[in-house]
Amino acid sequence: MRLELIDCAVGFDGRAVLQGLSLALQSGEIGALLGPSGAGKTTLLRAIAGFVPLYRGSIRSADGEVERVLSGAGVMLPPEARGIGMVFQDHALLPHLNALDNVRFGLFRLPRAGAIRRARDCLALVGLADFASRYPHELSGGQQQRVALARALAPKPQCVLLDEPFSSLDPDLRERLALEVRAALKAEGVGALLITHSQTEAFAMADRVGVLAEGALQQWDSAYALYHRPVNEVVARFIGEGAFITAETLGEHRLRTPLGDAPCARPGLRAGQRFNLLLRPDDVIHDDDSRLQAEVVARAFRGADFLYTLKLDSGERVLSLVPSHHDHAIGQRIGLRLDLEHVVLFEHAPAAGGVFQGADTAAAADATMVSAAR
Amino acid sequence: MSATAETFAAPGRRGVGGLTLLALALCLPSLIPLLSATVALFNPDPATLSHLWQFTLPRVAGNTFWLLLGVGFCTAVLGTALAALVALTEFPGRALLRWALVLPLALPGYVLAVAFIGLFDYSGSFATGLRELGLALPEIRSRGGVIAVLSLALYPYVYLVALDAFGSQGARALEAARALGMSPRRAFLRASLPLARPFIAGGVLLVLMETLADFGTVAAFNYDTFTSAIYSAWFAMFSPDTALQIAAVMLLAVALLVGLEARSRRRQSFARLGAPVQQRLPLGRGRWLATAFCGGVLGLAFLLPVARLLYVASSHLDELDARYFEFIGNGFALSAMAAALTVAAALVLALAAREQPGFLSRLAQRLGTLGYGLPGALLAIGLYVPLTRATGWLLDRLQIEMALSGGLALLLLAYGVRFTAVAHAPVAGALMRIRESQLEAAALLGVRGLRRLQQLHWPLLRGGLATAALLVFVDVMKEMPITLMMRPFGWNTLATRVFELTNEGEWRRAALPALSIVAVGLIPVLLLLRRGRDAT
Repeated sequence: MRLELIDCAVGFDGRAVLQGLSLALQSGEIGALLGPSGAGKTTLLRAIAGFVPLYRGSIRSADGEVERVLSGAGVMLPPEARGIGMVFQDHALLPHLNALDNVRFGLFRLPRAGAIRRARDCLALVGLADFASRYPHELSGGQQQRVALARALAPKPQCVLLDEPFSSLDPDLRERLALEVRAALKAEGVGALLITHSQTEAFAMADRVGVLAEGALQQWDSAYALYHRPVNEVVARFIGEGAFITAETLGEHRLRTPLGDAPCARPGLRAGQRFNLLLRPDDVIHDDDSRLQAEVVARAFRGADFLYTLKLDSGERVLSLVPSHHDHAIGQRIGLRLDLEHVVLFEHAPAAGGVFQGADTAAAADATMVSAAR
Repeated sequence: MSATAETFAAPGRRGVGGLTLLALALCLPSLIPLLSATVALFNPDPATLSHLWQFTLPRVAGNTFWLLLGVGFCTAVLGTALAALVALTEFPGRALLRWALVLPLALPGYVLAVAFIGLFDYSGSFATGLRELGLALPEIRSRGGVIAVLSLALYPYVYLVALDAFGSQGARALEAARALGMSPRRAFLRASLPLARPFIAGGVLLVLMETLADFGTVAAFNYDTFTSAIYSAWFAMFSPDTALQIAAVMLLAVALLVGLEARSRRRQSFARLGAPVQQRLPLGRGRWLATAFCGGVLGLAFLLPVARLLYVASSHLDELDARYFEFIGNGFALSAMAAALTVAAALVLALAAREQPGFLSRLAQRLGTLGYGLPGALLAIGLYVPLTRATGWLLDRLQIEMALSGGLALLLLAYGVRFTAVAHAPVAGALMRIRESQLEAAALLGVRGLRRLQQLHWPLLRGGLATAALLVFVDVMKEMPITLMMRPFGWNTLATRVFELTNEGEWRRAALPALSIVAVGLIPVLLLLRRGRDAT
């Protein structure tokens, strides 16, 4: 089933928090919507499931030639008629039923034997075949989560929605479980849309990722494209780390930057235009032989790598990812060179320049604290 | 903003529905006693009122005042001291006493009165024995006696809330204060006690409401308060209107206490400061004193009266006749009917608040649970006068033989008004544990209607419904004033039997029914204790 959202607006208490949202999820495709809390992610998901109305726009599904409007002006298909399953943030398992019966809960239209067979298959699919008779309180958080997925998959929905599926789990577990869930969805051939505030989760699970920020869907693209070809500064800053430095065009095909000149193929450029150039940490290479030098002003040890914050002679700062055997102290000057694969230029704004460390960094720091506390 | 919700399909739940209307209808009976007492307050019959002011009210109001003051003070001191010792210090037997000190909750005041009056009465064997030794007991049937008995029966209300307050925040504050160099005593007075004070105040207010509502104890002691005055105006002077007039004046005191209680609840904030402490203060040489004090209170409030009742009842087993089983059967029947009625009403109130949230369903919830603040005697007369008038008027008008085995319906209505709140707490709690996401998961899976009720609501609710039914059942078994004043002819229960026997001074014969009430009353207390142990 192809799921399509057209110019959607959602919100609560009469106030729209997300507007003008359009996206399409192809059959069997896994999508992720990434955004900070309060961005309206959950409300959007609940609108797709049919629990809350849209303020504007429409949600459609297309199955071969058959196209249906799920939500739209004057249309509000009830949740059970949408062919959509959902995995809730708190799993929403029923405490008085064991894993098998939880999965069977929605299979009442099948004859008893068939329902049990289907429920067992779904439990096996999520790797819990041996846990059928366990009650929710006897299962770990990750296991409960997978039972919830099996329950959502059991009635063969055409699409599954996942609401922050891994937020209640141990950080160490999240990425592994994300891959397992992805494998289960792909094995069933079911499309899925998950919402999350964790970039790691989105990248691990999804074929396509959307960035929700400032009340709108900023970009709906592959993870690679979001990182290397962000359509605007908001996305660039939200996904990953990097820095903006001032760059000036020398002609139609060449840029001048404080780190040296670089080729650039972008039609319509004239000489003498100034831009903000996005530099990812892997665009700035440490090279002892380079004449170009910068001062180390901060460093973060990441095991295999150091992430150095470097101050250029122009006063601008950049990030550089360097193998960790290059151990340089703060204050030292080290050589660098530019290795620019993707040229990403935005309108020049000096105040908007500088180093950023992505939206996920804070969460990662929290996760470290949590595991340290244990 | 360009778009609003109105342009699209309206959200499903919300607003006024049939459930809310039903809930509001269920609240109407709660308003009747309030309205009739208020009307009586503002439209007094001058002759009745002047007579009341001259002979009854000053004495009754004075008695009630001193009773409230005495019981309030004693329970505050007893409850706080016991809770502080048990929660913050270490002494022999502490773990056992911690839960045993709750046991007196099983003994209604009038049961304690039966035991104590029998024991300490001038003509009793105990008092006689002491007199032979040249010792005289203070007269038990006095103001001091009622205060002592009610304080022993009601201190657990303060003890429980204070225990919770000391055990959670007070203990942490104590540690912090001691880390700052305060002595244990100073730390307790400066840190733990101030933190626990709003909770203690809340507990004492509950005690005061119970004291004001008490009928059985004061009746046994012949100590006239508002409740017994209502009873004697109604059944000795046969003047329901006078009784209603007294109830109207009593309503002022009730309103004051209910208002204070609601206010104090707002001031109790549950800021849990970390886990409860493990390290309690060792008491040194005073530790046996603590054991003696806590053990002594337990002995007086529970062990001694129960032992006395057991002893006396065993020598009066001839009470165990057919009539006795009739009392028990009546009590069971009334309690079961009241439990079914109140649990159903509570379910409607709680469901309306959950499924159709809004001002009206909230209002219904407030009104429907209001009756628990009304003393049984006030409630009985407040319902009786207008409803019998209304049915009388109807009978005159319609000329129908209304087989209103009238009394029974009226009695159950009164139980409903008084005890819906008791059922409401566990029912609403169970309903709250059904999460929104579980309902939504069911919706997505197409599980609806009866199937949803059967597979989702019922399994998740039945524990709460059973608890609610049990609590109401036991409360009705123990209930005295409403049953006494409103029961149809022949519907005697254990509680009314205790009243009749004590009224005739038959303290020894009252022991068996009193003991039976203790046995029933122990059920919810033991349940409470088991819950508490599971929780820790």
